Amino acid sequence: MLAQIKHILPKTLIQRERTLPATGDVVVRQGQYVEPLDIIAETDMKQEHLLIDVARGLGLSPTQADQMIQREVGEEIIEGDIIAGPVGIARRVVRSPVTGKIVLLGEGQILLELDSPIYELHAGLSGKVTSLIPGRGAVIETTGALIQGVWGNDRIDFGLLQSKIKSTTDKLILDHIDVSLRGSIIVGGYCDDPTILKKGADIPLRGLILASMSSRLIPIAKKVRYPIIVLEGFGALPMNDINLNILTQNVGREVSINAESPERINGKFPEIVIPLSEMGDEEPPITDLEYQPGQVVLIVREPAARQIAKIKTVYPEPRPLASGITAPAADVMLSYDTVIRVPLVNLEVIA
Amino acid sequence: MSESSVAAESLLAVDVGTINTRAILFDIVDGQYRFVAVGKAKTTIEAPYLNIGEGVRRAISKLEKTLGRTFLSNSQSLIIPSSPDGIGIDSFALTISGGKPLRVVAVGILEEGSAQSAQELAATTYSRIVDVVTINSQRTQESRIDAIIKARPDLIILAGGTENGAERSVMTMVEAVGLACYLLPKDVRPEVLYVGNQALREKVQDSLSSIVHLDIAPNIRPSTNVEQLVPAQAKLIRIYQRIRNKKILGVSEFDISAGRRMLPTAAAFNRIIGFLSKTYGSSKGVLGIDIGASATTVSLAFSGNAMMKTISHLNLGENVVDILRFVKAEDIARWIPGHFSPDRVQDYLYNKTIYPFSIPGTVDELSIEQAIARQLMRLAVSEIIQKIPEKDNNVLAGFLPWVEPIIASGSVLTKAPKLGQSMLMLLDGIQPVGVTTLVLDKNNLTPALGAAAEINQMLVVQVLESKAFLNLGTVIAPVGKAKFGTPVLRVWIKQEDGTETNIDVKYGSIEVIPASLGQKVELRVLPLQRFDIGMGGPGRGGRLRVIGGALGIVIDARGRPLMLPENPNQRQELLKKWARVLGA
Repeated sequence: MLAQIKHILPKTLIQRERTLPATGDVVVRQGQYVEPLDIIAETDMKQEHLLIDVARGLGLSPTQADQMIQREVGEEIIEGDIIAGPVGIARRVVRSPVTGKIVLLGEGQILLELDSPIYELHAGLSGKVTSLIPGRGAVIETTGALIQGVWGNDRIDFGLLQSKIKSTTDKLILDHIDVSLRGSIIVGGYCDDPTILKKGADIPLRGLILASMSSRLIPIAKKVRYPIIVLEGFGALPMNDINLNILTQNVGREVSINAESPERINGKFPEIVIPLSEMGDEEPPITDLEYQPGQVVLIVREPAARQIAKIKTVYPEPRPLASGITAPAADVMLSYDTVIRVPLVNLEVIA
Repeated sequence: MSESSVAAESLLAVDVGTINTRAILFDIVDGQYRFVAVGKAKTTIEAPYLNIGEGVRRAISKLEKTLGRTFLSNSQSLIIPSSPDGIGIDSFALTISGGKPLRVVAVGILEEGSAQSAQELAATTYSRIVDVVTINSQRTQESRIDAIIKARPDLIILAGGTENGAERSVMTMVEAVGLACYLLPKDVRPEVLYVGNQALREKVQDSLSSIVHLDIAPNIRPSTNVEQLVPAQAKLIRIYQRIRNKKILGVSEFDISAGRRMLPTAAAFNRIIGFLSKTYGSSKGVLGIDIGASATTVSLAFSGNAMMKTISHLNLGENVVDILRFVKAEDIARWIPGHFSPDRVQDYLYNKTIYPFSIPGTVDELSIEQAIARQLMRLAVSEIIQKIPEKDNNVLAGFLPWVEPIIASGSVLTKAPKLGQSMLMLLDGIQPVGVTTLVLDKNNLTPALGAAAEINQMLVVQVLESKAFLNLGTVIAPVGKAKFGTPVLRVWIKQEDGTETNIDVKYGSIEVIPASLGQKVELRVLPLQRFDIGMGGPGRGGRLRVIGGALGIVIDARGRPLMLPENPNQRQELLKKWARVLGA
């Protein structure tokens, strides 16, 4: 059976394709080094238009009005520019009420595309631009530790890593957050206190990495301006051992935090990248595996949710489970040598 | 590719769901078409595969291994037709529910009129309404254009104007659609389905056909009070097929093998519900419900005419949390026979969105998942009830009409550890009334049969008559009002061996009359307190010959709508009691 894979790696080759949602301009060059907040491509989303009724403005029929239009498709217009006329003794004209570009004209009307804010695509991680995707974006590559999370608030930043978690089940409390953490990215345990998120914004933090969070905090987490990544899930869930080890070992280093919303279909997850020196032999993470004995896995649900285990036996044919459900399963050994049976679909291979 | 129809023998049907891909083989066994086996694999629509092919081939390989037969060539292509030595298959059918739902903009004249009908049409397939654009809203023409551009739809359903009715307003909307599509880059332009005033067909064609792929179907709102979706549904299915072919790698290859007859899973499901209602020829309807990871499909048919809703915002997959737009976590927690805080239920929902493929790992998690399923069914059934034309609504307003049988599909129902759990979820979620039979589609065969119906109707008939579906039990649910504990139904039972017993069923209780699977039982039922069981009016009963289901015969006298006690202890006691009665 094809395995679900979770990338949690102390050192790997990370390659990320970052693309615009629509065609635009790529503003980096191949070989360039970028930081997470650097803009690598931008596009005008062209989402606002204005329809100007020239015929009515001039008091003419649509056909007559078309002949009085002084502009052409593609022309840039400044607010107040005359776009049609003059007509008659009063020399009536139609002026553009806004700045924009003519995208269509005819039947006595002009459709203007208004100047709209530029959509900027950030690099999302520190690294080297290894290739360009014309009109869409670039591939960025770096070597370092990689931790994939499960939820993010769609913000990106980078900063020095500080930890406020000592054991997997720690809870983040308000007293943990103080002004000495200004500009840092903080690792915490479970968070169910909205005032922590607000205090993080006041300080301000550059990012917050949580083991887990109460789902009640999602609306607030979406509003704060610094990135928040949840690593394990919602409710009081512990941080898994591997995440805890990687994060605590890298305290004091600069980390990139890309808290993009997960998009399973495209394999996009919020992630933390900790750039490390390159040895030259790093391989990108494996993306295609079958469940096999010996694999290190993360249990995603109860019992033993978010614990790291090792597969002892795989049962491709359905087996009865603790819930009463029958499904393909595996016997896995937990860190304290206890073996439990878990449905295969509740396991992610750490790779 | 097989173009033969009735002559075909073996049929391989593949259903590509959001989580799983199933390969189901039907073949002739002892001179009759039978369901033979199913092979299941993980769907590979998502990264890193981004192509359904891997999952489809793995599901078929699993089937090959189970049966010791060969369906795929060395180059991993389907072998069609089969050779005399039994290698390959004679025909192939494909259904798909996986992938992102279609992004649809519904365009109409009035929000409560044509635009509403456009949304209803969209709800007959896997879709998500991303905007509704009407002439009677406050939007200017340019903001309508911008709204469509911003929505980035896959499809625009353009409705409006009754037959020989409004023209100018419709053309204003056509202009907005045309301009918006023109302004979108060619590679992301949506398809347009025009289902408005048919007098404007040519004008609409002239305005839009050079800009977008345009389909025209009969008016879905031919007059103010009439909504007719069925003729347009066929066009919508073909649009869905085209978009899936274009956007999901691997679909095209298998669609070609299926003779370009790929169907949305929900449409195939609906086809069978319609077929059953036609076959039974009863005045009652037939109800089908399928809880999936991409949507909940509910289909209700009378005399062959099926109405359906594919509700993408009600699912047990990645968007399960959408249920909180319609009910509170408290409402779900009320169905759990234990102390579970609403916060825990909400956290569970959000964790399910992270791991949509995961299954409950403990009994507690299972009880939350089953509570969600109940609430999904409640919402889905309420939506279909609203669609029932008055003439077909043969019971009190707000209740489900008399139906026989109810076909239930979806892993949460069919793979529940105990059949009593499946029964109780269905009773609580659907709340059937009168006399009906609950049938479980244990192997998710309904969509496969719906797709097969186009190729081999005999196969469909014979498989439906076989034991491929599980008769869970006959249910009698009297409707009326009484005090808790008052007898509301008297039942005389005559077993096959001549044994006779009788019971009085009290309001608020569930009773099980033992009858083994397939056993014939004769019942005489008399509703008390003017309760109604659909046998001619309140207080009217009669004789019933029923066949025992896996759980015998179940009398659900808990009232409709089913009201749970507000007191948490009382409520949990009652939930546990009902579960005990059904062995859940």
